[in-house]
Amino acid sequence: MTILVDQNTRVICQGITGRAGTHYSSVMLEYGTRVVGGVRPGKGGSHHLNLPVFDTVATAMTETGANASMVFVPPDRAANAMIEAIEAEMPLVVALTERVPVRDMMRVRDALKHGSTILVGPNSQGILAPGVCKIGVMATGNARRGNVGILSRSASLTSEVIAQLSDAGLGQSTTVGIGGDAIHGLSMRACFELFLADPDTHGVIAIGEIGGTDEEELAEIIAAAKPKIPVVALIVGQYAPAERRMGHAGAIAGNAGADAKSKIRALSEAGVIIAESPHLVGETMHRALTVAA
Amino acid sequence: MRLHEFQAKTLLTGYGIDVPEGRVALTSEDAATIARDLGSEGFAVKAQIRSGGRGKAGAVRIVRTPEEVATAAGLFLGRTFVTAQTGPDGAKAHSVLVERAVTASRSLYVSFFIDAAKAEAVLLAGAEGSEDIEQQVHTGEMRLERLSLAPGEGIGESEAAALGQRIGISGNLLPEFVSLLQRLARAFSALDATLLEINPLLLTGNGDFVAADAKIVIDDNALFRQPELAALREEQEDNEGERVAQNRQLNYIQMDGDIGLVANGAGLGLATLDMVRAANGRPANFMDIRTTASSLDVAYGFSLLLNNPAVRSILVNVHGGGMQPCDTIADGLGIAMRRTGRTLPTVVRLAGNNAEYARFRFANFGCRVIDRPDMWSAATRAVEEARAAGGRQ
Repeated sequence: MTILVDQNTRVICQGITGRAGTHYSSVMLEYGTRVVGGVRPGKGGSHHLNLPVFDTVATAMTETGANASMVFVPPDRAANAMIEAIEAEMPLVVALTERVPVRDMMRVRDALKHGSTILVGPNSQGILAPGVCKIGVMATGNARRGNVGILSRSASLTSEVIAQLSDAGLGQSTTVGIGGDAIHGLSMRACFELFLADPDTHGVIAIGEIGGTDEEELAEIIAAAKPKIPVVALIVGQYAPAERRMGHAGAIAGNAGADAKSKIRALSEAGVIIAESPHLVGETMHRALTVAA
Repeated sequence: MRLHEFQAKTLLTGYGIDVPEGRVALTSEDAATIARDLGSEGFAVKAQIRSGGRGKAGAVRIVRTPEEVATAAGLFLGRTFVTAQTGPDGAKAHSVLVERAVTASRSLYVSFFIDAAKAEAVLLAGAEGSEDIEQQVHTGEMRLERLSLAPGEGIGESEAAALGQRIGISGNLLPEFVSLLQRLARAFSALDATLLEINPLLLTGNGDFVAADAKIVIDDNALFRQPELAALREEQEDNEGERVAQNRQLNYIQMDGDIGLVANGAGLGLATLDMVRAANGRPANFMDIRTTASSLDVAYGFSLLLNNPAVRSILVNVHGGGMQPCDTIADGLGIAMRRTGRTLPTVVRLAGNNAEYARFRFANFGCRVIDRPDMWSAATRAVEEARAAGGRQ
């Protein structure tokens, strides 16, 4: 099994006619993802990549039976696009857009309270269930089906860790980019709970960084749930200059309880195995799974 | 984007917030002239660095005469102050703010910030303004009253009044305090700020509230709809390379070491930094190339490293993706080396899309790179190269 997506996931792309929307929708089609249409206000009724384009998310859902949306809308309109999908009761929304203003994300989070949508992102690389479904921008060359779940705040480190897992002979059940921004949808904690309920996930890797409180919340749920499967964490940013923006608005050292050492301490005390260096994550998971078996 | 105190105060006056009368000076002569114009019995001279903790770092002086203002300004201008928030490198003062000193009967603390975990705006208020507010809250010496703001960030009169009473504001002062909080909330929201802190907020003998200090941080991602604030960035004397890099789709932060770092992705960039430090190397920078960067943007990033005389070796750690394959990075290095005419020992670790093609591109440009198969061996090699080239340990 996978989490969030499966072989019945039918995806529309909001912003399908843009450069990124076009590129990644076609790459996803090649990968085998069931991309069934797109949304671009004002271009409803036309076709793009041989797919029907609609004016609204609601029409696209009715006409195509889509149950997931991928948001590739520029930052000034991204929040409205997410809110439109939430109000249309789209079950899963994956927001890839980077640099969405904080206040816009506060509106999105408010909209989420009134609906049942799961939002992944923004500033996420997306979701990949190798061989089953890809929604997002990640490279897939190294990914293969297997039993390790990855939840991550960093796209680039997810690629790295997937490569390390492949070298160790391990595949992935699902990899989820929860996004690098301070205010986002699905939390590390909620994503971890989904992995715990998946019988095909035999170990989970959490990739975190300085800033925010996602890692601390994850530590709390792990301490309480005492999972039987191994959990390995990598936390980067230990030597980041204090109070400097590091490309992710969320990654600002010096925010309340947000430095790398306190996150590592919290996770370690909860029983999580900490990867000693970014290059040792695959090896660490391999060892943990061997011990567990 | 963190604003200077003088910038923050100018903005706040536009929302009807009183600040001490004063102006900013770039020379000690100007500072004395401003003091004479103000014609006060006492003056505050404040070094303009974008950091808190200035009082403790000696960056604020209260003096009595224009001559003393000039002396204080002379001491501050060009000086680097290390505060609890600047990190060991400190921050250099290029200007001073000269203000009429305010006599206060009380000092309060007020701030607004975004609680990211809850995705809500929060107002904090304390019965006393203080330099040591963090410490005092931490030890329980001071209690801050907290009010979560509803979406839209308006504050109702009754909740603002209740908050005021909890920090000891009463009688005739209460309506004025409520109105002040509402004006501050409007400024916080309209400026797309993620932090607005008034510490201290002074209450004068006449019953007026005056913002004696002001700290504002603006959401960088909202600058597209805040053109006036975006223009303020140009007035700030940040590292020019860092500022231009932003427009070049690069997140670049200069540090004081001798190993230039290049990675695509913030997480990979932070990991690279951590590994170089773990290998006892000293990073010269943090650099994250965004997926939207072209090879010319990447070349700009490499030229920042090649033109930095402190840099002894370069470490490139990239994962090629769909929109930005490895060869884009390789072309960037090739172009930068040709343009600057400078070469440095360069260790590369290439993975993902077009890693092989990138190796051809390096060869075509005549870039002699040291190719390593994994991150750790690349990091340790870059440290060795810097050392061999005479870098400090």
